[in-house]
Amino acid sequence: MPDAGNGIARLLVVDDNKVNRLLLTRNVNLMGHRAVAVASGREALEMLRGDGFDLVLLDIEMPGMDGFQVLEQIRGDVALRDVPVIVTSSLDGLDNVVRCIELGAEDYLAKPVNAVLLKARVGASLEKKRLRDQQKALMRRFATPEVAQDLQRSGFALGGKRIRASAMFADIRGFTTLAESQPPEETIELLNTYYTLMFDAIGSHGGIVTHMAGDGLMAIFGAPLPLPDHCGAAVRAALEMIETIGLFNAEQTAAGKPEIRIGIGVASGEMVAGYTGTNERATYTCIGDIVNLASRLEQHTKEVQRSILIDEATRSALAADVGVEALGAITVRGKTQAVEIYAM
Amino acid sequence: MTQPTIDLAAFGELQSTAGAEFVCELVDTFLVEAPLMLDELRLAYASGNADTFRRTAHSLKSNSNTFGALALGKLAKDLELGGMTPVREANGAPLDELELEYARVAKALGELARA
Repeated sequence: MPDAGNGIARLLVVDDNKVNRLLLTRNVNLMGHRAVAVASGREALEMLRGDGFDLVLLDIEMPGMDGFQVLEQIRGDVALRDVPVIVTSSLDGLDNVVRCIELGAEDYLAKPVNAVLLKARVGASLEKKRLRDQQKALMRRFATPEVAQDLQRSGFALGGKRIRASAMFADIRGFTTLAESQPPEETIELLNTYYTLMFDAIGSHGGIVTHMAGDGLMAIFGAPLPLPDHCGAAVRAALEMIETIGLFNAEQTAAGKPEIRIGIGVASGEMVAGYTGTNERATYTCIGDIVNLASRLEQHTKEVQRSILIDEATRSALAADVGVEALGAITVRGKTQAVEIYAM
Repeated sequence: MTQPTIDLAAFGELQSTAGAEFVCELVDTFLVEAPLMLDELRLAYASGNADTFRRTAHSLKSNSNTFGALALGKLAKDLELGGMTPVREANGAPLDELELEYARVAKALGELARA
């Protein structure tokens, strides 16, 4: 991968002709970058798939797999398609240039390649890649890797699709009292630690956190990518969250700091997942009765003094040996029929 | 218009951007590679392998132009685009012409690189 700090990039030179390989490598080195040269399209793809490159200088006319085929393969590979490709070729004809650009090439330079022009094009392509990488890093910070990947793969479109998944709500009990008893700086630190622990527990079981508000969070298991055992995954994550908070509390006590308690609600079934908001600012979320039920169950944990409450659909998908306690039916706001609830 | 064996401006430009010492090594590589390409062209012509014929002519054209060997580049380009039929019709003469021009280029490049 690129040496982000010093601006030295790693380029892959692909050309079946030795003189061309040597000259392009020399030009790249004179620019202050590093070059690796290969003589065939097949080797190029192997190198690209095995190692990180910032830019490819690609010849078209090569025996075996030609440059057009390499471009097609790069474009069809999610892991490679962001690597910019500059075609360097002595093929005549505008149609060849057009074909390369249509196949995703960043640029087309005719051979013999003018060194000054090459330097300018390489510089511009690397700068564009740097900005794209920065954008991706930002996206990872504000969206989960799964959502970021979904966005990269399918693009952004407002609207949703029906999926089967498990929704989870969690929050800290008595947070307002806790926040009032200590300086705001300590509360922020506590929240950050809490979120880090919860994200780890949720993420390690295949869930994604879709919302954070104050001391509460919402997570989904089974979107944007389907998760075969989403009910089991959500429950395992909930148990791990409680266990983690227990360990965290032991540390808090040792440091003379206040402990925290959390409540978690999980409900499973059909919901609508997608992007809501505006075309300028949107968020990935899931909505539906099931999501509302998960939220109500989380609120109900306070009333029944339990840490985790799950609905009937989640319970029925669990393995027989998972211990649950039936708490009977309750009526939740927004539901006309009573729902059976279970404590973990 | 007759092309010079080596376009001195193009060769000088190559030396100034890549460095004279490097160009000397590059010329040595070309003098090893080009005869192999000429052999491959002959072989492809003899066996009727149009694809290899076109690709090899293309490669030779590319290298010739890099060094400013424009006449050699032009001859190679004619073979690349024209294919084997005109060569056959002329009884192989374009290949002979290509080899003669290459001999002139090899001599000139050797002298220029070490000048």
